Amino acid sequence: MTKQYLIDYTLQLADNALILAQRNSEWCGHGPVLEQDIAISNISLDLIGQARNFYQYAATLIGGNATEDSLAYLRDAIDFKNNLISEILNGDWAQTVLRQFLVSTYQFYLYDALQKSPDQQLAAIAEKALKEVTYHVRWSSEWVIRLGDGTSESKQRIEKALEEIWPYTGELFIPVQHETDAVTAGIGVDPKMIEENWKQKVSTVFSEATLTLPPQNIWMHTGGKNGIHTEYLGYILAEMQFMQRAYPSAEW
Amino acid sequence: MEKDFSEIFQSKIDEELKIEPKDWMPEKYRQTLIRQISQHAHSEIVGMLPEGNWISRAPSLRRKAILLAKVQDEAGHGLYLYSAAETLGITRDEMYEQLHSGKAKYSSIFNYPTLSWADIGAIGWLVDGAAIMNQVPLCRSSYGPYARAMVRICKEESFHQRQGFEILLTLSKGTEAQKRMAQDAINRWWWPSVMMFGPKDDESPNTIQSMQWKIKRFTNDELRQKFIDVCAEQVKVLGLALPDPDLKWNEERKHYDFGKINWEEFWQVVQGNGPCNKQRLEARKKAWEEGAWVREAAVAYAEKRKQKESLHAA
Amino acid sequence: MSNTEWPLWEVFIRSKQGLDHKHAGSLHAADAQMAIENARDVYTRRMEGVSIWVVESKYIHASNPTEAGELYDPANDKAYRHPTFYNLPDEVKHM
Repeated sequence: MTKQYLIDYTLQLADNALILAQRNSEWCGHGPVLEQDIAISNISLDLIGQARNFYQYAATLIGGNATEDSLAYLRDAIDFKNNLISEILNGDWAQTVLRQFLVSTYQFYLYDALQKSPDQQLAAIAEKALKEVTYHVRWSSEWVIRLGDGTSESKQRIEKALEEIWPYTGELFIPVQHETDAVTAGIGVDPKMIEENWKQKVSTVFSEATLTLPPQNIWMHTGGKNGIHTEYLGYILAEMQFMQRAYPSAEW
Repeated sequence: MEKDFSEIFQSKIDEELKIEPKDWMPEKYRQTLIRQISQHAHSEIVGMLPEGNWISRAPSLRRKAILLAKVQDEAGHGLYLYSAAETLGITRDEMYEQLHSGKAKYSSIFNYPTLSWADIGAIGWLVDGAAIMNQVPLCRSSYGPYARAMVRICKEESFHQRQGFEILLTLSKGTEAQKRMAQDAINRWWWPSVMMFGPKDDESPNTIQSMQWKIKRFTNDELRQKFIDVCAEQVKVLGLALPDPDLKWNEERKHYDFGKINWEEFWQVVQGNGPCNKQRLEARKKAWEEGAWVREAAVAYAEKRKQKESLHAA
Repeated sequence: MSNTEWPLWEVFIRSKQGLDHKHAGSLHAADAQMAIENARDVYTRRMEGVSIWVVESKYIHASNPTEAGELYDPANDKAYRHPTFYNLPDEVKHM
């Protein structure tokens, strides 16, 4: 009997990757310049790949008829465990690259620790994903710096994006029950343990970008990991799951 | 002197030698190439939009990844082609301006809507199939940078048509609803794909000169016939039908005969009256205009960094 | 707006350790670092490379095609620079 916390923990990793991939892929064909249109699609593709790996593992843990697609396409919002930050709107390029930087940096430290997990599947997926995420951090941090220290307009835009996104970062480091259980079992990564590294990296990049770190006492949104989401997720799923819902049990 | 150059030029072409960017070339050759290559590049970029519609709705994760990679490839192909055109003395921004102002054209096929998932299959099979048929001979185009870009593009595109056919094949083996979806998509995409080869030879003003310069290798009608012959056979594998009651093998010609093409529709779409002309162009303009501040910021930052570095070095 | 067009770069890619970098194509980027990353995203999507060089196109100096005769034809009659120019008996191996 597989432990529920392990399933939930794995699904959380998968959902985070998928929902952000779904969001980023909205840029495809609409990017500010051709080269960057290609770059953001590459990140999306990496994230879809990570999501599939985690879903496939979750499907084996769940057993029965579960597949990567049944997990992605046939669960409702309440069962999705992604962080809220993945589902908020793309906004402009500033908001997209800033979100990417904050999430990729989180994923970097998370995967770095997870590749040492005694759960060999999770460790292997994390190890592969870490290489991808290392590049995402590099790409997105350069954009944060470029926009922060670019023109007055780009600075203003990224400051506005920061105001918008920052309240969604706290959730990353507040463990929910299945995370705590996974940590207790020695399999998962304690989000508290990576928070310092994350903050360090963020403040280094922000200082190069001439951005000011928001004050400590900002109220943080939470709930995503427990299935309580923003209004956006419902729309994301309505669109993403449409085919599977409209044509149940068809092969594609 | 000019005459000497033009003789050398044509003899190079006749000997199948490539023309390279710094070689002398007739102004008309340069202009024809710029027009053709940029039009081709625009087609790749605008072509991202109809298929891009379905990335968010792809019915499985595998299909989502494939489609995203495919549409992304098209961005890459546009980029290779813009680069090839840039060797002829035009900038990418200038080409964009021509696209946005409506001066430059792109393939009319992308002015048709993608209404169902099966359209992604039909586009891969028919539209990419037609494109590949057009493009393979271009790998031998007389202009070096264009030919090299096309080699890379053709290599990468080989998966595009296959994934489309695979989508349709899966649908054709699926439920009744899926079969209906597939047939409907083929019905809508068939004739526009046949028209992709351009007007009939006797109404194609640029063909003769382009053939002489070996920018073009086959006429529109030759390629169109080849395409129809191939598809008429492939559709049998799908167990579906092409929407042409006159489609019939002609033993004498060793080709398929086909029905009348609706050229009125073709010219209407070219002139901007297709179902999605406005939306496509608007989407491109919007992306470009909303990206202006991003491009500016990157230039400003690069400039600042350069100054910082030189200060550092001093 | 045209002054915000990013400069053009030429991209050279080493496809495998031990091979030369070969011209792959060009692209636009605001600076060298971005050019390398764009090259990675544009030109190595299918495992085409292990190493990338970029150089801003304006720094490439090219020979003039009209001088091709004086530059390259003189090498045509120096067949003795090539190993196949020499007749050796078949018994001589490994040379």
